[in-house]
Amino acid sequence: MGHGPTQPFIKRMFTTTNHKDLGALYLIFALIMFLVGGFFALVIRAELFAPGLQLVDPNFFNQMTTLHGLIMVFGAVMPAFVGLANYMVPLMVGAPDMALPRLNNWSFWILPFAFGILIFAAIKSFLGMGDAPNFGWTFYAPLSTKFGPESTDFFIFSVHMMGVSSIMGAVNVIVTIFNMRAPGMTLMKMPLFVWTWLITAFLLIAVMPVLAGVVTMMLTDRHFGTSFFDAAGGGDPVLFQHIFWFFGHPEVYIMILPSFGIVSAIIPAFARKPLFGYASMVYATASIAFLSFLVWAHHMFTVGLPLAGNLFYMYMTMLIAVPTGVKVFNWVATMWKGSMTFETPMLFAIAFVILFTIGGFSGLMLAIAPVDQQYHDTYFVVAHFHYVLVSGAVFSIMAAVYYWLPKWVGRMYNEKLAKIHFWFSLISVNVLFFPMHFIGLAGMPRRYADYAVQFADWNQLASIGGFAFGLSQLIFVWVIIDCCVLKKGEKATDQVWEGAEGLEWTLPSPAPYHSFTTPPVVK
Amino acid sequence: MQSLRKPCSMTALVAFALVSGNALADWQLDMTPGVTDISQQIFDMHRIMLWWCVAIGVVVFGAMFYSMIKHRKSKGHEASQFHESTAVEVLWTVIPFIILIIMAVPATKALIAMSDTSDSALTIKITGSQWKWHYEYLDYEGNSDINLDFLSVLSTPRDQIDRPALSSGLFPHSASKDKYKADGNYPEFGENYKAEVDNPLVIPTGKKVRFLITSDDVIHAWWVPDFAIKKDAIPGFINELWTKLPEDKTGIYRGQCAELCGKDHAFMPIVVDARSPEEFEKWLASSQEAQRIAEEEAASGVNKTFTKEELMAKGEQDYIARCSACHQGNGQGLPPTFPALAGSPMILEGTAADHINIVVNGKNAMPGFKGVLDPVTLAAIITYERNAWGNVPGDGVDVVQPRDVVSE
Repeated sequence: MGHGPTQPFIKRMFTTTNHKDLGALYLIFALIMFLVGGFFALVIRAELFAPGLQLVDPNFFNQMTTLHGLIMVFGAVMPAFVGLANYMVPLMVGAPDMALPRLNNWSFWILPFAFGILIFAAIKSFLGMGDAPNFGWTFYAPLSTKFGPESTDFFIFSVHMMGVSSIMGAVNVIVTIFNMRAPGMTLMKMPLFVWTWLITAFLLIAVMPVLAGVVTMMLTDRHFGTSFFDAAGGGDPVLFQHIFWFFGHPEVYIMILPSFGIVSAIIPAFARKPLFGYASMVYATASIAFLSFLVWAHHMFTVGLPLAGNLFYMYMTMLIAVPTGVKVFNWVATMWKGSMTFETPMLFAIAFVILFTIGGFSGLMLAIAPVDQQYHDTYFVVAHFHYVLVSGAVFSIMAAVYYWLPKWVGRMYNEKLAKIHFWFSLISVNVLFFPMHFIGLAGMPRRYADYAVQFADWNQLASIGGFAFGLSQLIFVWVIIDCCVLKKGEKATDQVWEGAEGLEWTLPSPAPYHSFTTPPVVK
Repeated sequence: MQSLRKPCSMTALVAFALVSGNALADWQLDMTPGVTDISQQIFDMHRIMLWWCVAIGVVVFGAMFYSMIKHRKSKGHEASQFHESTAVEVLWTVIPFIILIIMAVPATKALIAMSDTSDSALTIKITGSQWKWHYEYLDYEGNSDINLDFLSVLSTPRDQIDRPALSSGLFPHSASKDKYKADGNYPEFGENYKAEVDNPLVIPTGKKVRFLITSDDVIHAWWVPDFAIKKDAIPGFINELWTKLPEDKTGIYRGQCAELCGKDHAFMPIVVDARSPEEFEKWLASSQEAQRIAEEEAASGVNKTFTKEELMAKGEQDYIARCSACHQGNGQGLPPTFPALAGSPMILEGTAADHINIVVNGKNAMPGFKGVLDPVTLAAIITYERNAWGNVPGDGVDVVQPRDVVSE
């Protein structure tokens, strides 16, 4: 055992069943999608730079908001987390590989085809040959059914494929964690990243079939004469929203729980102090996941639910603040009286805690159903979910990449460039998204290709921030190329970070192809 | 795509970059307190929530920054090894819970008040459709024989909206290419740019007004921030909401559609004209009278025979107002979703009856205009489309009279 890869590079890419190869493929795929989705976002910000229509027609604008959302959620954030799980879970539990390696290969290689279909629709639209999906990433019926463009069927097929990929990935994570832990690693000794991913995997298995169900209902409504979402045939457009958000709310936790795990690994490492409240972290994650199934209609406070419904979903949503607060307090308590240093992973992790908390604050405000009548579908909501997803999830992914990159490639990244990347990203992300709170409170609805002149100033500033944030990510790409391809950095030690704890740091850097060939013993 | 490679004028790009600063205002930071009792309650709750968040933020971030400054290795701080404390953990679970209960009480009260639509003086039915609002007065002070309804459509001229920065027009279909100005000298934005309509909704102050909201096609949402009311307009279902303005709060209030409803989602504003009950009643009486006369005229117009010139002149105006958002002023449309009418096989090869049928009853994403536009207007638009932009009708029918439309 202990052999390295033997196949030529191209063949290996397609046939590999190795968790590190596949983890890397997932991460590279996610990075490419992040840049594509980011490009779409810049089209949006360019059009919104000034009132009036200057660059794109509103229908195309709607296609950009739709594709930006779909690609960032399903193509960038989720595959990045699956890539991290693939790479890190076997290292963290002391296993040689994932439990189901061939399934692993398949679940990755579905993705490029799923997104190929979506991007094909986008390219057709760029060439003026037919609209791409233009109904928002939430694809509400009947805009997406009776009124959807032809490419809606591409979209449905693409979502089905993504769902299959996610479910297989989740099954693999669960089986690996339950069956392949090193002797002595009880559940309550698992690193929090493993815990949060275990819970995320259960969420995925619970809700991805619901998403598949709702797009299948769309398909039959469009082509086979059913009327699930058409009142004229006895259906109900609101049914669509219930089903979509029953998937959609757990989905947003799928995109944040692994972040909690990442940050819970990084902060103790750089504070040189054990994580505060390990057990309460596990219970808080589990309760957030449980509550995520009971809050979906808080996306629907203006849809005309009965009073009792609105009250119930308001209370449940407010309740989520409690376990989320516990997590934030635990991270602060971990930093408290530590011996901190501020390498790039730590900087991103701290920025995560602060900016995610700001996103949590606006989330708490949005939970208040009567006040949500004013926030709903405005830029305030856009600001909220970009704070939790960009300066939350995406920042945590970047923290993870910087933290584990030396373990992956055996070399340090360029710390100076990485810090420049951090500070540029931190400043520009706030210039980009903070003004959106003001725009939303002042009354600008989201998904608007054009706006009244009173919203012009903040929009202009947000657009400047958007382009700055987009360009800053090129530094990230450069740091990665510099470290992984040009191999410029100095050789990394096995321990890499002075205060890092966990099985992955007991292996050489880079970690051997088959990770742990003999299981380590955990005391 | 080819058009993209054409040179674009630097002036236009610069003009785009330096938005004409004079008309722009505000840097508004916060929500409007609005003008109703409910909107004030909501504003107060919003502010209280905000201050709770600020207070919690100051404590949490304060602790973080203190720790980041004091407890760093470079200052020689030694790491403690504590990692749990049941007392502290219970405390920071219970305190947020109490804060939440304090917040839930006023929120519950407000939500109950907002859902009480009983005892209204006026009932108005609002129907959203792509991309306009239809207002129908159903009942006022027990009188349900009002017979007043009208459409409310964006009135900002397209010339203010379309200001392409590139000579190729708007990507990807070169829409509004004809509006391009190389010198970047586009019309000034009006004071109420994109927030003005032809027929505002008129309501009385001092009386409870109930709205019944629905939609003809996709989901829209009717939102007026000053009243703090927002509700989805859902096809096939009716939602209710209400507002009551204080007696002295007469004036114009503006709102917008708040649920993605397709291409012109951003272009279906709401304008409410709130008048004192006396003024409202005067307006109501005169509007009812005007509608009665208009209906009589339309009825007599149905049997009238118009000249081609009359129909073309009226048709051009009505086409620009009703049809050009999709089919474009130059008839080129935005294919494939919005087909071109210039050179359309429907006109060049089809019959007048087909043409009338499509306009009256709709096709694919296009709604039918039967009952939305009167027969004279329909005849004028159809006649215009059959003759404008070099079109020559294949069946030789170049003039369509109102009676032809009615028979469809």
